[in-house]
Amino acid sequence: MARMNVNPTRMELKKLKARLKTAERGHKLLKDKTDEMVRRFSVIIRETKALRDEVEKDVAGVLKQFSVARGLMSKSDIELIFSMPSVSVELECTTKNIMNVEVPALQLTENRSAAKYPYSFADVTSEADYSVELAGKVLVKLVRLAELEKTTMMLAEEIEKSKRRVNALEYVMIPSIEETIRYITMKLDENERSGLTRLMKVKDMIAERDG
Amino acid sequence: MKGKMAIIGDGDSVLAFKAVGIEAFSVNHPEKARDLLKKLAKTHQIIFITDALAKEISDTVAHYTASAYPTVIPVPSKNGSNGYGYEILKKEMEKALGVDILFKDGKGEIGE
Repeated sequence: MARMNVNPTRMELKKLKARLKTAERGHKLLKDKTDEMVRRFSVIIRETKALRDEVEKDVAGVLKQFSVARGLMSKSDIELIFSMPSVSVELECTTKNIMNVEVPALQLTENRSAAKYPYSFADVTSEADYSVELAGKVLVKLVRLAELEKTTMMLAEEIEKSKRRVNALEYVMIPSIEETIRYITMKLDENERSGLTRLMKVKDMIAERDG
Repeated sequence: MKGKMAIIGDGDSVLAFKAVGIEAFSVNHPEKARDLLKKLAKTHQIIFITDALAKEISDTVAHYTASAYPTVIPVPSKNGSNGYGYEILKKEMEKALGVDILFKDGKGEIGE
């Protein structure tokens, strides 16, 4: 590991020791954070997977049902009928915080008007009724899936980031600081020894001259 | 914050969702879907997009993962799923955990 380009002085040594301490503490904290995020992620992804299984099936069903309904009516009629939704849904979008990641939190409130279907029964085939009913049922699941999938994506991103940070600290930052500290300590010891030898030598020389 | 939902689909079948309060848009070309998605991303919080289209414009879809909103989610089209939704899940899982904990047999079944 490359040692840092610093002067081998006591002051630098002191600074580096403080940095090492911070780096080690940061490393521990980040590692704990990553572990907890991974734990939560694996819970959430299982839930997402189960929900996606359901939604994949349901949505395909709705669309298939609707295309049957569409086949039984003219295109202009269908567009006319479905362009005026009477069932209005309200979507409350907030964010919640999972391990310092801002993930979406969605709340769906349906304002069902008196009529269940947004059209009169006279013009519409029963197939269309089925598809609209199914769509209404799948909507709740879809919103929940949107929330969960986004959460998984964002958590995955964050986990990757903090893993990279942990690795950078563990394999680059901390070893390089340790190496530099070793280098400075050795250099300082060396200086001390050389000073000591010089003193002994001078003492010898003085003794010889006087003696 | 009040949110709005939209669905982008190939073919008219997405119109079914219009009846339950989602704004439905039907496009027949991936490039049109891309432009539409960019436009809708500014005004809508949840955008569903049928997976055949989502796969074609996955680079644009990936663009929206960074922040909480808008949420762009693939849904199967009337011809059934093409597995794009699972592909995303799998990718995220490998990114975060490095191992596959759900699709062990590679068929999209729960492995455990």
